[in-house]
Amino acid sequence: MNTIRQISLISLILSSSAFAADLALHGFVDARYGLRTQNDPNKGDKTLEELRLQLSRVWYQDLFTATVRSDFLFDGVANNHDQLNLETGKGPVDLREMNVQFTPVDWMDIKAGRQILTWGTGDLLFINDLFPKDWKSFFAGRDEEYLKAPSDALFISFFPPFASIDFAYTPRFDSDRFIDGERFSYWNGAALTGTDLKTERQDEWLEDDETAARIYHTFEGMEFAVYGYDGFWKTPQGFDPVKGKNTFPKLSVYGTSIRGPLAGGIARLEGGYYDSRDDRNGTDPWAPNSQARLLAGYEHEIIKDLTGSAQYYIEHMMRHNEYCDAYPGPSGTEADENRHVLTLRLTQMLLNQNLTLGLFVYWSPSDQDGYLRPGVSYKLTDHWLMEARGNFFFGEHNYTFFGQFEDNSNASLAARYSF
Amino acid sequence: MKNWIFAITTLAVCNGFALTVDEIVEKANQAAYYAGSDGQADVKMVITDATGGERTREFRILRLNTGAGSQKFYVYFKEPADVRQQVFMVWKEVEQGKDDSRWLFLPALNLVKPIAPGDKRTSFVGSDFVYEDVSGRALWEDTHELSGETETQYLIKNKPNNPDAVDFSEYTVAIDKTTFLPVKAEYLDKNGKLFRRVEAVKIETIQGHPTVTESRVEDLARGGRTINFFSAVIYDTGLKESIFTERFLRRPPREATK
Repeated sequence: MNTIRQISLISLILSSSAFAADLALHGFVDARYGLRTQNDPNKGDKTLEELRLQLSRVWYQDLFTATVRSDFLFDGVANNHDQLNLETGKGPVDLREMNVQFTPVDWMDIKAGRQILTWGTGDLLFINDLFPKDWKSFFAGRDEEYLKAPSDALFISFFPPFASIDFAYTPRFDSDRFIDGERFSYWNGAALTGTDLKTERQDEWLEDDETAARIYHTFEGMEFAVYGYDGFWKTPQGFDPVKGKNTFPKLSVYGTSIRGPLAGGIARLEGGYYDSRDDRNGTDPWAPNSQARLLAGYEHEIIKDLTGSAQYYIEHMMRHNEYCDAYPGPSGTEADENRHVLTLRLTQMLLNQNLTLGLFVYWSPSDQDGYLRPGVSYKLTDHWLMEARGNFFFGEHNYTFFGQFEDNSNASLAARYSF
Repeated sequence: MKNWIFAITTLAVCNGFALTVDEIVEKANQAAYYAGSDGQADVKMVITDATGGERTREFRILRLNTGAGSQKFYVYFKEPADVRQQVFMVWKEVEQGKDDSRWLFLPALNLVKPIAPGDKRTSFVGSDFVYEDVSGRALWEDTHELSGETETQYLIKNKPNNPDAVDFSEYTVAIDKTTFLPVKAEYLDKNGKLFRRVEAVKIETIQGHPTVTESRVEDLARGGRTINFFSAVIYDTGLKESIFTERFLRRPPREATK
């Protein structure tokens, strides 16, 4: 994009941010640029080239609270400014929130509309949180808040004395914003490719819906929760060989978690059973197998202003023999029966907490792959933040979860002005 | 109530027929951290670093006494922009062997995150105040001694019972004999050198409670300082304990947003 256009766009956004402050609008202007740290034969060098304006406004009324928060984006990598799809976030507008929250009776809250939904105990690992994620943003080094994609949902919470109950109804399936060749190359089942992943997504209102529930209670400082989900695999893990398109097979998840203080830190344990309803006996080569997933984690302050956190995670395939017998891909690229992942997070705060050094590591000894996320951010003033991030993938094989992204490893720089 | 921001909790014996040690310690602790059955205040924090760079924090703080020394705090951030609408919640415990529980709510992720208890001498939101200044230091953590007395003040020297857990070797607190508010605290480092001073700059009586409405902390070793301004201080508003739960982290109550 040419420099003059870029400068005029920046000045337009900055002047509109001054105007926004007068209207009790808040938000930020965020510029990011990222490059691959090696060649990718399937993709260009740039992983990020964007200028983003976020505006938000909250109205606190006696009977309700209304929230609108939206991003306006120039994205020089996706280059899809002529498209506008609020559902997938493609194009120049990414509507993050537009909802109304109210309390019809004092034991119930309702939030309706576009919203970010989160629950569960994992740290950048998700078992019972089946709300949409944005893996493209995560891998490209956008702010961590963008890992969560919005849901269009009705969220009802009940607060009887014995527990709290959350119920999320999404009338039309919201998939993850998954790796589809737009920005990153991926393993397509036979080879690495950067071409668009063709998918067929269920999109009938009220029919292709998702329901998620959580019941939780805190007792003696320990938080106990049970979860349920009925919907679809959030990434296109199925395949329709007739149409040649990837699909989102049916999925139900049942799980539980415990979280609380332990020996001066926070410990957590979470498990879930992934019931892949389109392939319960594990013999369908075009639908994923059922799984059991478990994670255990512990966080502790190591020394003053340095916090460490570690997790162990396992994904167990329920019918591995049947899966191997039916496996359609090249021999030797089958998934293991158990996928083990270890994570480590280190966060160091310096200079009055204005400088943050962070590192998050995923490492899978079974897949022999991993993903390093180092980052440095510095708050120059109360308004200005500068940061540098890395997203480094490594792996022995092209077909494992992180290994397939090795050529997508990237580093990025960002500046953000918040108002 | 802003007195809890002002961190001095301890006292010692005085002479003659006056109050006993326990009575004075208890009275000062009550005056500094427990006024009323609950309280709220708007806090503006101005942080100046050694080079003169200035940052500000603005938040509403709600506090409820929940009995036997335990308290619950709800801190709702308004400024700066990058932390706006974040909530920090503490369930404070004073019983020996019990840790405080802390949570952070991040609105952009709609995430409620328990925080590992951690070092209480860590900076609170990047200021020169530490967590312990905000919620108080348990009385049993120090040994108290009356080191001097003037017409208006008791001077109390406090030595930590577990010196390895803190960044000071001792601190001396001046306590007003009338209000029992701690008005000045000076901290000595491990070499006995003065490195930190906390002062009550302005005191007003609000609903019958002597209340620090401006406090200042100076980092004499590094040269920074932080000034807290308290406004809209109200006691006994009838805060409900249910506010201090995950429900109201995700959905800040009117008491925090109004």
